[in-house]
Amino acid sequence: MTAPPLEIHDMTVAYHRKPVLWDIDLTVPEGKLVGIVGPNGAGKSTLLKAVLGLIPVASGRVTFYGEPYARQRRRVGYVPQRESVDWDFPVTVSDVVMMGTYGQLGWLRRPGAKQRATARRCLEQVGMPELADRQIRQLSGGQQQRVFLARALAQDARIYFMDEPFSGVDAATEAAILGLLQTLRERGRTVLVVHHDLLTVRHYFDHVILLNMRLIAAGPTEATFTDENLQKTYGGRLTVLDEAAEAVRRGEFER
Amino acid sequence: MLSQLDANTVMDLWIIAVGAMTNAACALVGCYLVLRRMSLLGDAISHAVLPGLVVAFVLSGSVNVGFMFVGALAAGVLTAVFTETLHRYGGVAEDASMGVVFTAMFAVGVILIRRYAHAVELDADCVFSGSLDMITFHQVALAGFEVPRAMVSIAPVLLVNVAFILLFWKEMLISSFDPGLATTMGFRAGVLRYALMVLVALTAVASFEQVGSILVVAMLIVPGATAHLLTDRLRGMLWIAVLVAVASAVLGRWAATRWNVNTAGAMTVAVGGLYGLAALFSPRYGVVSTLARNARTSLRIVREDVLGMLYRLEELGVPRPMPAGEAARAVGGGPLAWLALAHLRQRREVARRGRALHLTEAGRDRARGLIRSHRLWEAYLVEYLGLPLDHVHEPAERMEHFIGTPLQSHLATDVAGTEIDPHGRAIPPPGPEGERRRD
Repeated sequence: MTAPPLEIHDMTVAYHRKPVLWDIDLTVPEGKLVGIVGPNGAGKSTLLKAVLGLIPVASGRVTFYGEPYARQRRRVGYVPQRESVDWDFPVTVSDVVMMGTYGQLGWLRRPGAKQRATARRCLEQVGMPELADRQIRQLSGGQQQRVFLARALAQDARIYFMDEPFSGVDAATEAAILGLLQTLRERGRTVLVVHHDLLTVRHYFDHVILLNMRLIAAGPTEATFTDENLQKTYGGRLTVLDEAAEAVRRGEFER
Repeated sequence: MLSQLDANTVMDLWIIAVGAMTNAACALVGCYLVLRRMSLLGDAISHAVLPGLVVAFVLSGSVNVGFMFVGALAAGVLTAVFTETLHRYGGVAEDASMGVVFTAMFAVGVILIRRYAHAVELDADCVFSGSLDMITFHQVALAGFEVPRAMVSIAPVLLVNVAFILLFWKEMLISSFDPGLATTMGFRAGVLRYALMVLVALTAVASFEQVGSILVVAMLIVPGATAHLLTDRLRGMLWIAVLVAVASAVLGRWAATRWNVNTAGAMTVAVGGLYGLAALFSPRYGVVSTLARNARTSLRIVREDVLGMLYRLEELGVPRPMPAGEAARAVGGGPLAWLALAHLRQRREVARRGRALHLTEAGRDRARGLIRSHRLWEAYLVEYLGLPLDHVHEPAERMEHFIGTPLQSHLATDVAGTEIDPHGRAIPPPGPEGERRRD
């Protein structure tokens, strides 16, 4: 049996020694659309950044297809939050999409005709080939999000991590993005999506991960996205965890 | 007399050449600082190298250029490291941590000078404004030619910067634009960031002696900022920044000779002037072009108001003459109204019969599109937003000027079946071309 796309074993993540995610144990099956759901400050983005090595993990182990991230980089795609980059940056839409191919190229090799063709094809897939030469500031929010998705397609990964791709987009873009995610699933890709809109979870995702500083539940949407689990996720944080985190930060412990 | 003139010209050319190379070296790395919002780093590093210079002097016991260079470079890199450490682990904001580090290092440098090196002629003048005017007095032999020593120290740095940017183009691009993605792909953004900081330190230290700290700081920031106003492409930005850097070297030297002032100072003023020009006249972000764009929009709105008014008059069925003066008053009066009327006649959208204005065929088509937008919007507001009748005219009056064809047909679909607006007037059908020209 092949190793699952993502396996997290007892992972704890801390910012400035203050834990924000506690003891996460998680296995994500291949070829599913997985929603990561939880209230603000639940650590959803943190979970993505930690497994991708963008922020240090205090303890625990993360493996992709049975191996550490550094050895599986090229199989992993990432779509950061749209607000995380400077849209005034002097690059065109096709420049940004082409960045998706950089990982496969590795250091020093320049993108060539093949990469340009990939970028063009991916832009077509998100339905904006005519905007290839625009500077990215001139796009609407939904178009910017689709540029990010085109870039992810260009990464040609097997497992994707997307940080709120549906946030602040219009209904048409939302439908287009969902269509793309479903296409990726049909091709056997695994996609993890940080998601805010509880109303659409059931409709969009096969699996959900309910998160609020700790793992509340994870599994097939039908069985997992229940009122009881939602109550646990959104019904107030466990104040003990907050207090404990604060105590760790201050370097204190109670007797 | 002639040889005297020649010597002066040669000196001018050397000064311009060295100035241009120094400025270009700074401008190249400066573009990345500007894009990464790290502009202050140039300032920080150029101040913080002072203790490095003093320590190198104390350790080596001489003003040997090589030692000084290493000392200053080490101090520059330390600034970068301290800043990053303080920011990341001390929880201090990035700009504040730069401010803390470089002022502290500068202060340490001043104390060290007072304590150990007060005998050295490290005069403040040179630190601030450099010795560009003097470069031809320090010549070295290179391949059989006498060239200024300054040239020998700055040319390799310029080459290193160019080579680095060419070699790591893709890596610098992705790590500047999206450090998160770059890191997940294995291009450690942190490493590239340090590499850039080292280059900035190297460039600042090499430029220091020629042009002084003020011009270094200016050249690290201003050409990049200027270029960013003028282009939307990274490649173009780097070229323009280099062009600005070279132009300010030429302009600065010219001004310095003309008014007999310090060359580095004049170059700094020149680059500031070029930035000012770009800020005023940049086609997309410039003050003047923004004003011009706004004026064009205002003019278009007044023109369209006239067209709309004439169309409504025709629609009433009892055509009544509308003299130009009355029309101008009705759309707000003043020069803008008269200009709009002149414009309309020139575009043959409105013609004059006797004293009265009337629509031409082209003008009527255009007006019909406008009124269609207006009434569709009113219908939409009533149907979807549930606004009362007396609330919909004014917003429609504003919106009609900005509803293009796609939005118009979208609205038409949403209020499908409605052929009269909420006030009971017919919504005109889409124009024959099916498209409204936008200008």
